[in-house]
Amino acid sequence: MDFRDTTDEAEFRARLRDWLAEALPADWAQRPPHVGHLPVEERRAWSHRLFEAGYVGLTWPTEYGGGGKPYTYQAIFLEETGRIGVPEHVGVIGLGMAGPTITIHGTDSQRKQHLGAILSGDTIFCQGFSEPGSGSDLASVSTRAELDGDSYVVNGQKVWSSWAHIADHCILLTRSDPAERGHRGLTYFLLDMHSPGVEVRPLRQITGDPEFNEIFLSDVRIPVEDVVDVPGNGWNVAMTTLLHERGTLGIALTSQLDGNMARLLETAKAIGVAGDPVVRDRIAGLYVELEGLRYTNFRSLTTLMKTGVPGPEGSVAKLCWSETNQRLTSFALELLGADAQLDGDGGFWTGFWQFQQLRSRGNTIEAGTSEVLRNIIAERLVGLPRSR
Amino acid sequence: MDFAFSEEQEMLRAAARSWLKAQYPADRMVSAADSERGWDPRSWQELDSLGWLDPGLGMLEYAVLAEEAGYALYAGPWWSTAALAAPVLGAMPDQPTTLAWAEPGTPDLRSAGRSSTMTATRAGEAWELTGSKLRVPDLAIADSVLVVAGAEGGSGIWQTQLPEHGVTPLSTMDTTRRLAGLRLDSAAATMVIEPGEASDVLVRVRRRSVALLSCEAVGIAQRALDLCSAHAKERIQFGRPIGSYQGVSHRVADVYTALQLSRSLAYWAAWAVDADAPDVDHAVTVAAVSAGEGAVRACESAIQVMGGIGFTWDHPVHRSYKRAQWIAAFDGTARSRRAEVAAALLD
Repeated sequence: MDFRDTTDEAEFRARLRDWLAEALPADWAQRPPHVGHLPVEERRAWSHRLFEAGYVGLTWPTEYGGGGKPYTYQAIFLEETGRIGVPEHVGVIGLGMAGPTITIHGTDSQRKQHLGAILSGDTIFCQGFSEPGSGSDLASVSTRAELDGDSYVVNGQKVWSSWAHIADHCILLTRSDPAERGHRGLTYFLLDMHSPGVEVRPLRQITGDPEFNEIFLSDVRIPVEDVVDVPGNGWNVAMTTLLHERGTLGIALTSQLDGNMARLLETAKAIGVAGDPVVRDRIAGLYVELEGLRYTNFRSLTTLMKTGVPGPEGSVAKLCWSETNQRLTSFALELLGADAQLDGDGGFWTGFWQFQQLRSRGNTIEAGTSEVLRNIIAERLVGLPRSR
Repeated sequence: MDFAFSEEQEMLRAAARSWLKAQYPADRMVSAADSERGWDPRSWQELDSLGWLDPGLGMLEYAVLAEEAGYALYAGPWWSTAALAAPVLGAMPDQPTTLAWAEPGTPDLRSAGRSSTMTATRAGEAWELTGSKLRVPDLAIADSVLVVAGAEGGSGIWQTQLPEHGVTPLSTMDTTRRLAGLRLDSAAATMVIEPGEASDVLVRVRRRSVALLSCEAVGIAQRALDLCSAHAKERIQFGRPIGSYQGVSHRVADVYTALQLSRSLAYWAAWAVDADAPDVDHAVTVAAVSAGEGAVRACESAIQVMGGIGFTWDHPVHRSYKRAQWIAAFDGTARSRRAEVAAALLD
């Protein structure tokens, strides 16, 4: 057991800090945090700079443009960037979900086509899993894919698809065998979002942002080469995607929480309540949760490095992070008192906390609701009987 | 970064677990807890032969053993000896030994070295101790006691045998780790820590003892989780195991989740003590909040999930619950610890 950086890790961390100091505006640390997401073009440009500097896909195989480094380097990158609120790479779904899935289940030509472009930010992926009738019960998806010659014809509707309005490709889960039910008869595609018959309609969230979308698929033709793994094995491929979604995101989420914690401390000081014993007690309680998450992620990381796959413990990190982030952001609003309603130019940090607090309500719904995660923990980690 | 115990440490854990399971089952713990002295003195030799008193053990080995001892709810002065006495003596003594520090104005380990109404005076070549101490863990079953006392030159620590009169056992909720008052009247003593040096030593005692109690609390929470999940699998109501109802299973999932966080923090704290890491005090404080409260809540959930049976005297879970509360009240409270965390963050 040893939590210290190795010599190489320490050197990597120091170089990263120097690079960030150079790459970010000089007054970055003094600026009030940005409200919501940066404009897409700015994020694309930033993603490209990260890529050029070699900080994207640190753990991906070198043959596809990755860094070929152990997971600890990715953890260091996330720690250092989360702490100071550095903008995210534009291709979060490609990096966290599509990329690992293609690496594991994809063909050589799929890897060649997509992995490098995901890293550079040239290809943005979205996720086409949920449907109006299939949320937590993902195996009930009904978007139809019918083989017709050397392509599939796809019809159906997907929903809650983050970044679909700017995406080039979509990891798409469909039902290819209508005779089969549940986990069988599903096929997983890499859909080109520019294909005829794909229509994206943005949905506004409670924050006012159109972060996610509906995707309507009408007689969309997908070539058979764009099937991931074999037709009918879509459920297993989707499980790889979700395992990586929950597994490797833990550290990213915790580093964001770390950033929010730093801002909460700043806020408490700025509005003069840092001496209030109740405020101090609440903040310290949140901080203990944050530290618990941080070190639980380190423990998962050690497992990941030994076994190569994220364990189901990722569900624990996601569950705990989402609820802690909700408590933290709600508490920040509470600190603002009567000003909590002011979310524009007249408000504290022009509405940063209002956005964060509203956005956090999605945290316990997206990527597995808290209810589904508790089922997973109870059934797979504790071994209780199934609830259904 | 490597967050795993070594193969040898895992072997030590497996050996401890299998011995405790076979030789220290719940009924042996219960009969120790309900006995006049609160322990079975034969268990000391048994632990010795298992290597628990080995002077070569490091902090991470102690962490593993403390967790397993907490799981089995071992009743005996091993923690007092390893966590309170050993850091004062500089080595693990082979006989049960404890530490007396608390007084009315200086109840916790970090204030106890500042001033003391217990006095140490020279009597020729030897020393004599006079005064009183509060709430000394395992005092009545210890072989000797280390006493924080004031002398010319400041507070130091002395070792003395248990006085014939002057040990006042106290009625405690947790009968597996009892407390007693100590009254010394010109008791002959040997100096262990020079006058003026007690505070530094007590800081080390605090780190070690609180970190090991956090590991113990993790063992207690794991036991509570195992007890209630076993019950939830077997108990049938309305034709189904109650663990298939989400009202029950989600409660158990929350115990599991909190335990994962506490476990990570307790191991980190133990490592920080071992490595004398720059943030050791923070690590120990954070772990104590999480593991202390976590163990109490885990036991409360276990009592709830087990229904009436968990509320009976005959079921062993109340013993774990009371130990969890013992730990939560040791050397500060979650509230005072959160105040320390806040001071580090905000001041």
